[in-house]
Amino acid sequence: MIKFLNPKRWYYLLGRKKFTELIILILFIAFFYGPLLHMFMLAFANKYEVPYVLPTEFGFKWWKYVFSQRSLVSSISLSFTIAFITTGLSLVICLPAAYVLARYQFPGRKIVMLSFLLGNAFPQLGLYTSIGIIFYKLKLMGTFPGVLIIHMLGSMMMMIWLPASAFRSVPRHQEEAARDVGAGPIRTFFHVTLPMAWPGIAVAAMFTFIGSLGENQGTLLVGLPKYRTMPVELYGVILDYPATAGAVFSLILILPNLLLLLLMRRYVGYETLAKGFKMN
Amino acid sequence: MSNDIKLEIRNMTKKYKNGDGVENINLSVKKGELVTLLGPSGCGKTTILRTIGGFLQCDKGSILIDGKPIEHLPPEKRPTAMVFQSYNLWPHMTVYENMAFGLKLRKIPKAERDRQIKEMLELVNMSGMEKKYPGQMSGGQQQRIAIARSLLLKPDVLLLDEPFSALDAKIRSQMREELRKIQMDLNITVVFVTHDQEEAMAISDRIVVMNKGCFEQVGTPSEVYNNPVNRYVANFIGEMNFIELADKTLAVRPECVIIRPGGSEGIAGIVRTIMVLGHYIEVTVSTEYGIIKAFVSAESAEAFQPGEKVSLSFLKVHEFAKEQSAS
Repeated sequence: MIKFLNPKRWYYLLGRKKFTELIILILFIAFFYGPLLHMFMLAFANKYEVPYVLPTEFGFKWWKYVFSQRSLVSSISLSFTIAFITTGLSLVICLPAAYVLARYQFPGRKIVMLSFLLGNAFPQLGLYTSIGIIFYKLKLMGTFPGVLIIHMLGSMMMMIWLPASAFRSVPRHQEEAARDVGAGPIRTFFHVTLPMAWPGIAVAAMFTFIGSLGENQGTLLVGLPKYRTMPVELYGVILDYPATAGAVFSLILILPNLLLLLLMRRYVGYETLAKGFKMN
Repeated sequence: MSNDIKLEIRNMTKKYKNGDGVENINLSVKKGELVTLLGPSGCGKTTILRTIGGFLQCDKGSILIDGKPIEHLPPEKRPTAMVFQSYNLWPHMTVYENMAFGLKLRKIPKAERDRQIKEMLELVNMSGMEKKYPGQMSGGQQQRIAIARSLLLKPDVLLLDEPFSALDAKIRSQMREELRKIQMDLNITVVFVTHDQEEAMAISDRIVVMNKGCFEQVGTPSEVYNNPVNRYVANFIGEMNFIELADKTLAVRPECVIIRPGGSEGIAGIVRTIMVLGHYIEVTVSTEYGIIKAFVSAESAEAFQPGEKVSLSFLKVHEFAKEQSAS
């Protein structure tokens, strides 16, 4: 069995072209996932000292260490709190707007839809600097609502486009049938439109949650010194803490993303995502 | 005013931005009557239906049910029920939940709801399907449930918007019969919209033949078939042969065409095709006036061969004046 792992055999099996492509793919994957794997290794390395290439001991030592640092733990809980609140508020604000954009043809509708792309079309730091100026005037700098607003701004595009397309895909007759049967517009929305549109909305909510967890530049600008989310802390962790603690912290940041991605793949599928960005 | 008029439309106008729509529509439907709005796409029949149902606001005019105006009411407050061509049932709810939705809104207790739903499912031959989802059923079955759901609400007027158009031919005729039977048993007033003239002829008490937003003729199926008022109606309903003369147009139904071998009296022609359609035969004959279609019985058709010289005479002829332009 082992003798078939000899690369020379692969060369003759695949032919030169495919073999070269395979080599390039392996190199690319190593380049791409190498740092991640390295980080996994570091996070669970109890003892990692110079003469050895790999850790000599594996364990949870650095996990205990991270969770004993109060500032780090509070940043974890702050990140998640803000992510939940951002997603919730975004849903409440953006869904009605998405419904109107989906169902009603008013003059300027396309311009309004395109305008929601603007927030993501420019370099963020430039936007945040000008936001910073406005926030100073409004005394929102360094406040919790200020941080929330920054997070919500980043979610607007997803929360308007994806739900709008999801609402549009609900056949009008379904809604009309509900009205016909005696349900008012609000009841129709909650019992018919929303349940039928939820895949697109779920995708948008997941993107918002993940985006909020990862939001760093704006929070850095507006939240310091009082509100430090995980990404903001991470800037300091790289300098002040050993690499293993940094690896643990990064994993905590990545895990929700991984989880949500897996959930998305399982329950939602790629077409909802693709349909989400059609404009008509 | 007769007090058995269920639905009345008075001087109703609804125009769209591009000029399509209907104007000055007047129609009375008696209780228990099935009236069909028949016409090609774009003639305005669905516009009228949706205005009755409340999904469109009319620009002018009024709609009355049992003498009470309803044109200012939203769809959920109108005593009408609509069955659409498709996408009637809510796919995320079971058949039972689909049917119970309206009953729950009317605060009907559960035991009563169960009973009514069970009865209604029996009526449409769909007993035992309560726990199924619409996605597990065929198109015909879904439409049956949709009709059952509408009937549960005991509407004053049942509106059907081409409900069988998406189904295949055999199922369509079966559903037609079932609907007609239910309608007659329950004595429900129905407004039916279709572009299929055969369907209209089969089930209606009265047919309204429409074209480009206007009523061309309103009458029973026999009236509309035997006495079409103009060329459009004559052409739309059933099959019709048209003979263009200098000053007028003659129209003859294929079953009124008599074919005799030889070329003696009547219009001379040569047999083109002979098509066996089951219990009758369709024979086309080329004449100086164009191709004339005739329906003959299976026995008489044996006498003819393609290419043979024949002469045609007509039992009943309609005459229409020449129209200025094609309408």
